[in-house]
Amino acid sequence: MTPARVMAALLLAAGMAAAQAAPRAMTQAEARHLLVRTGFAPTQAEVDRIAGQDAQRVVADLVARAQAARPLYPPPDFVSEPPPIPNTLLKSKEEQLAMRQQQLRESLELKTWWMREMIETPTPLAERMVLFWHNHFATSQQKVFRSQAMWHQHQVLRAEALGNFRRLLHGVAKDPAMLVYLDGANSRKEAPNENFAREVMELFTLGEASQGGGYSEQDIKEAARAFTGWSIEYADFSYRFRPALHDNGNKTVLGQSGNFDGDAVLDVMLEQPAAARFITAKLWKEFVSPVPEAREVERIAQDFRASGYDIATAVRELLLSPAFWAPANRGSLIKSPVDLVVGTVRQFGFSYTDTMPFVLKSAQLGQNLLVPPNVKGWPGYTEWINTATLLERKRFTEQLFRAVELRGESKEPPIAMGPGGRMLPGDGSAMMQNAAAGPGAPRLPGRDGIMRVAEGMAKITFDPEQWLSQYGGHADREPSDELKARLARTLLAVPATHDIAPGTVGVAYLRTLTLDPAYQLK
Amino acid sequence: MKRRDVLNLFSSATGAALLGTHAPGWAQAVQQRATGATDRILVLIELKGGNDGLNMVVPYTDDTYYQLRSSIAIARDSVIRIDSRMGLHPDLQALVPLWEKDELAIVQGVGYPQANLSHFRSIEIWETASRSGEYLADGWVARAMKAGYGRDVHFAAEGVLIGLNDFGPLAGARAVTLYNPEAFVNQARFAMPGHASGNPALQHLLRVENDVSEAAQALRGEKFAFATEFPANGFGSSVRAAAQVVATQRGKAGVPVIVLTLGSFDTHQGQLGIQAGLLRQLGEGLAALRSSLTELGAWDRTLVMTFSEFGRRARQNQSNGTDHGTVAPHFVAGGAVRGGLYGPAPELTRLDGTQNLYYSTDFRQLYATVARDWWGVNPDNVVRGRFEPVGFLRT
Repeated sequence: MTPARVMAALLLAAGMAAAQAAPRAMTQAEARHLLVRTGFAPTQAEVDRIAGQDAQRVVADLVARAQAARPLYPPPDFVSEPPPIPNTLLKSKEEQLAMRQQQLRESLELKTWWMREMIETPTPLAERMVLFWHNHFATSQQKVFRSQAMWHQHQVLRAEALGNFRRLLHGVAKDPAMLVYLDGANSRKEAPNENFAREVMELFTLGEASQGGGYSEQDIKEAARAFTGWSIEYADFSYRFRPALHDNGNKTVLGQSGNFDGDAVLDVMLEQPAAARFITAKLWKEFVSPVPEAREVERIAQDFRASGYDIATAVRELLLSPAFWAPANRGSLIKSPVDLVVGTVRQFGFSYTDTMPFVLKSAQLGQNLLVPPNVKGWPGYTEWINTATLLERKRFTEQLFRAVELRGESKEPPIAMGPGGRMLPGDGSAMMQNAAAGPGAPRLPGRDGIMRVAEGMAKITFDPEQWLSQYGGHADREPSDELKARLARTLLAVPATHDIAPGTVGVAYLRTLTLDPAYQLK
Repeated sequence: MKRRDVLNLFSSATGAALLGTHAPGWAQAVQQRATGATDRILVLIELKGGNDGLNMVVPYTDDTYYQLRSSIAIARDSVIRIDSRMGLHPDLQALVPLWEKDELAIVQGVGYPQANLSHFRSIEIWETASRSGEYLADGWVARAMKAGYGRDVHFAAEGVLIGLNDFGPLAGARAVTLYNPEAFVNQARFAMPGHASGNPALQHLLRVENDVSEAAQALRGEKFAFATEFPANGFGSSVRAAAQVVATQRGKAGVPVIVLTLGSFDTHQGQLGIQAGLLRQLGEGLAALRSSLTELGAWDRTLVMTFSEFGRRARQNQSNGTDHGTVAPHFVAGGAVRGGLYGPAPELTRLDGTQNLYYSTDFRQLYATVARDWWGVNPDNVVRGRFEPVGFLRT
């Protein structure tokens, strides 16, 4: 056999192994696992819809429907308004302050819109992929300071979320939000800024040099020269190439030489096998388990690269890999704050009038949308959980259910935003400053916004009787042993670590299950 | 002899050598303490927003200072003179007793190479003790714990952050955040401690559950009735909470690090009034901390250190404020501190291309001092490289 045929045979064997591993008729638990990992915690109806079916067919369908997905709601109004005047042209402090407040308001509108899409979408895989790329190409509103630019970047991420990684990379690299965030906009041939060149290799394509990225400091310097001239037209905040700033000289990057421009250098990076490997391993950590298996990553990365960086190819193969279905990997990931908030609301069918409380709660738990902590994004996994965030996570579900249990007896809003059970606004200036100043901490939306949040929180509710009735249970009765086991399987990815006291009735039983550490896993 | 004292004596390499040289109660009585003793308390105070150093420690004889700051300079005759060139902002009056008792060190010209002028990025650099272009996950205090401080004792928590959601220098450490110990103990009812088993993610969760309940257990206890009057403002409440944390630790393995915060010092406009109010809170809060910890017999084993993401521009701006800069002085206080001025004050006639001051002391030198001389751990592991310690500790 020729080497190519050997390779083809190996690939075929690997493909068959994957096909064998993915169940032909998914159990409830397997169906639930697939939906949790590709979306957020699913409803029972969503699980029932795919249980018993062939995983291969369902995965193909999930990916195809996510590719065709469009947002449910029109974007916030500000996206069609003329771009704001550059801050440097605003002379008076009053104008600058008004500008800051406007930016804060607009970015909250954008987050609130996105949160609603995540909660209500029929194709959660699409939203998960947008969130994945937002974290991969981490860019913060705090530095970009243009809600419209953040919206524009969001559109770039959305368009290629399950599309082509090459187009996505080129799109993001030229997008004004990234040009501001990593200082490319002012990079010129006399003084090339290395910030973007470094991060595009380390974080966006190849991975750290020490971890197999395979680039040198010299590669960064040379690549930085190629990106000079990629700039912004400040009048409408769009991308603009400025030839006068571009270095037309010869560059040598990753062993290749030529009069490269930025696009050419990005393509040189994508020619490296390390790029496909790095992206595949990152997708593995999102979908499969915290520790990628090198051999499997290599197999999928080769297909990913051979497909011309078709993201759907990589995602489908990961979802059909034996590791994805291995029972040991069930519950091996930790829910992000967005997973926890969106999943809880979706799974129980909480009703609400406004998603802003969920935006702020997620921020308080450490995931402030549009404001990742730095260019590396949210570190995730065990970093989500510390003594503060764990208690806040528990307080979140505790209070959602308590409010239901006490309905009619108490006027307390179901979610208190501040530590200690108090709402942030009432907690005095020190706390407001803390909330406003810490990286990753929620920014409060002003007095009107505070009222809006309080009102939104008061209207979050859920019907435990109806929810439990789909399993034959009742809000005011202790579940049978069979129902207890069913609820644990429905709500937890691994068995509960703690027993629940005998005599605990339905709604309290649900609340207590969400306090179990196992509820934080997915 | 209290259990904690026994633990202390056997816990550090140098502690054992002290066995027999001190009677029970030495923890309260002795000022010269062994490096690395595990009953030590580090109180970090973050001056959020970037504190303007030039108006805090004022070069009142420098004409350039008055030229650069025509409308916001601190008048020569109102500064609290601490030597022939430098003076404290008048609203730091409460610190004068500390200065006179030689318990206040001022490290001047603190900064780092390739300063980043973004609040968010620069505070991250200070918190993780990273180089300017490097992103680290662990805070520098967490690295000191991993480098072996308190290896043989089991702290109730490696740190307590008062009123902060962000773990900052304690990221990666076994730390808890609280507004006051009582409220934390109350919230900790949600914790479900248990044997850490299952996959690594679940093990991590169970460890954190255990950390919460362990810290809550240690922070339980009767409220200490301080004679000290705490200032009636936000920072005063934080100082009171810090003192209560120390009080609950009598006879226990202790909490070695407490983080407080004050600010915002981001005085782009109308700086004079804003900074005066904040510095008054800082001075009075520090004085209350000293007084309350003295009541507990803990001041001699306490080291207080300020930090901030950056200083501010030497020249004032058009709005009677100052913009983000590079360099600022920092306070170090405590019963074991050798007071005085450390490091040269920045030269106001020498500015870099961005009109900023040059630093003379790297902030990692302060951390290296704490690591080596306060905790007795190898500073190289904490600050990731060689940084010359500053001699502000008596022991």
